[in-house]
Amino acid sequence: MVEFLSFRNGEATQEPAVTVEAFTGQTNSTAVRIEAGEDARELLPHLDRLSLVEVNFPAYGDGRGYSAARILRESGYQGELRAVGDVLVDQIVALRRCGFDSFHPAKPLDDAAVDRALNRYADVYQKAIDGRIPVWAKRHPETTNG
Amino acid sequence: MKILTGNDLVSGDVIWWAGDGWSRQVGDSADVGERGDDLARTEEAALRVVGAYVIDATVSDDGVRPAHIKDRIRALGPTVRPDLTLKPNDADAGNWVI
Amino acid sequence: MYRYDSYDQSIVDARVEEFRDQVQRRLTGALTEDQFKPLRLMNGLYLQLHAYMLRVAIPYGTLSGKQMRKLGEIAAKYDRGYGHFTTRQNLQYNWIKLADAPDILAELATVEMHAIQTSGNCIRNISSDQYAGVSADEVADPRPWAELLRQWSSFHPEFTYLPRKFKICVIASDDDRAAMKLHDIGLKLVSKDGVIGAEVYAGGGMGRTPMVAPLIRDFVPEEEIVSYLEACLRVYNRHGRRDNKYKARIKILVHEIGVEEYKRQVEEEFAHMRTLGLNPPVEELNRIRAFFAPPAYETGLSDAMDRSDPAFALWVDRQVAAHKAPGYAIVNISLKPLTGIPGDASAEQIELVATLAERYSLDELRVTHAQNLVLPHVRKVDLYAIWRELEEAGLAEANLDLITDIIACPGLDYCALANARSIPLAQKIAHRFAAAERQAELGELKLKISGCINACGHHHAGHIGILGVDRKGVENFQLSLGGSGAEDASLGQITGPGFSEDGVVDAIEKVTDLYLAQRESGERFLDTYRRLGMKPFKEAIYG
Repeated sequence: MVEFLSFRNGEATQEPAVTVEAFTGQTNSTAVRIEAGEDARELLPHLDRLSLVEVNFPAYGDGRGYSAARILRESGYQGELRAVGDVLVDQIVALRRCGFDSFHPAKPLDDAAVDRALNRYADVYQKAIDGRIPVWAKRHPETTNG
Repeated sequence: MKILTGNDLVSGDVIWWAGDGWSRQVGDSADVGERGDDLARTEEAALRVVGAYVIDATVSDDGVRPAHIKDRIRALGPTVRPDLTLKPNDADAGNWVI
Repeated sequence: MYRYDSYDQSIVDARVEEFRDQVQRRLTGALTEDQFKPLRLMNGLYLQLHAYMLRVAIPYGTLSGKQMRKLGEIAAKYDRGYGHFTTRQNLQYNWIKLADAPDILAELATVEMHAIQTSGNCIRNISSDQYAGVSADEVADPRPWAELLRQWSSFHPEFTYLPRKFKICVIASDDDRAAMKLHDIGLKLVSKDGVIGAEVYAGGGMGRTPMVAPLIRDFVPEEEIVSYLEACLRVYNRHGRRDNKYKARIKILVHEIGVEEYKRQVEEEFAHMRTLGLNPPVEELNRIRAFFAPPAYETGLSDAMDRSDPAFALWVDRQVAAHKAPGYAIVNISLKPLTGIPGDASAEQIELVATLAERYSLDELRVTHAQNLVLPHVRKVDLYAIWRELEEAGLAEANLDLITDIIACPGLDYCALANARSIPLAQKIAHRFAAAERQAELGELKLKISGCINACGHHHAGHIGILGVDRKGVENFQLSLGGSGAEDASLGQITGPGFSEDGVVDAIEKVTDLYLAQRESGERFLDTYRRLGMKPFKEAIYG
């Protein structure tokens, strides 16, 4: 069982994440935690000084964190993006696709199950954040829209 | 009386707690008194039932009768397909649920 | 029709194996029911009143003969010999064993079918017009866009845990046969300066807070539909309510913040989205479009037919619609026999329709949201032979869009959510109005019954709608009038206090009698109601 899972090269950020309110009100913090109802776009002016964004999932069915992650990545955020809270093995693939590269679930995950999940689907239908080539681009390698 | 019902985990069949195990027949239901919730947890953990819940019922010479129409339909089967109910040869079986 | 390539097939096959693994974990206790439930729902497997129920997706309601035959085989082998066609153009099996579910999905995968996202808070099966590709008035066949969206929405990484379920419909005609404006998002294809694009409607739906979707954009070019929908969905995913499941559909968001504000947010997001390269290239739409190219119709066919058999002539007049190709017709097969169950078909009937599709309809058939079937490409010379076969199988009822062509949800006979039984009431109404002359006299009259507030039976959209409620443990029925799911979409108004099962049948007779007495030339029931308003109908019922 794993308590912390990272797909980043190098060390995970150790700095404790502060709330969005605390983060935007001060200048020295480099780690922030987004709660489910908070607006990830508030962080966009500060991306260059961020090394960790934690996105909390209060329940696995609360999917707002997927949008928060994509918004940050689409805006060029390169630092660690960590899913925390009610993160289950069945959501790992979608979370990875939305740009999460580390996981600190409330309950540890089974490594073998994570491996199975990550390798289950050879192909994907959408362009997302993870760089996987969608089926439509594979079908038309001559086009540049991939 | 209080009786315990749910669905068989594997087959999905509607089942009723009969005191020493589960039955397809509501008439076999045992009064679970205040033990229903505990029983439900134990039996769910043992993978013998899914979605177990306690309901009110009455008992008379005609047998056990769940208090709510929904559970009477569960006990019998779909009233619009008498052939698929537990009483396929009783043309009036559907009246029991009303 | 669309055919899977190796990518589509491998994704569906992987899903089968994933679900097999999940079911195994459930059967051995590695997963609790709480953990398993969301996983099985994503594969359309419910725990219903009597057993597990499996909902199979029929993408945009189109099937081949082989696919239909497989549905019949599964009904015979794994179920109790029948299936139920739904108002979402899907098929449900009522008596599934958990241990069999992976094998059923594997069998479906052999004919390019699945149950992916037929439940759960995700984008559901895309619905469309049952006359797609064969009606003369469409701008284009809407199904290539529906297939594009099927693929886009399958396992969408961002939109699989939405606030609530999400239903999308694509049509391409002015005549709306798919209740487009009662979807979370409705797309109507239009042509502008020779370019195809979509009008977009958002925030429609039924349930406890019914709404007709307002137009939010009058044109999205076809190559940008995916990124525009990504924008619509992202705004909803971020801001849709999650505190109360009854207020979580997109219609509530659009209503609460206002159409203009929702549009503004979507436009802002769209401006961002369209820079991200999310849209498949037009070559992909063209690839899909090629599968839906018009079939090679025979030319020189006669439009004449022998109408000397009066029962056949009656059926033709009611069930057969105009086809765009000369010598061809569209055949509607009623799944509403007067003493039957709306939408149910036996394994043998399913098999027969599969055979008819292969033999007479260029291997294609459709499912309608009104729970009927369609053979879309029938030569007129074959109509009589088809009718004979349908009649023998109990499928030749001639009641399309008449008062006995009732939409009814499964209701309390099958559904764990229901408060009242829908089917016995549908049967009583059909019995009361059984006489063919009487039905014909009443003309188009769409009657729709839901057994609970979730409105699977589309009662809000019925010219006459009925909602079953639970009144102190007794079934009770509310009557509403004036709804429509068509291009003139509207929501029905409740007449007043509810009725017993027999009482509501009497009330329907009173309102239809009033209609017959008051109608002006050419008016349907709905038109007369709209002209006169509720008052006289209310007086007729309660006065």
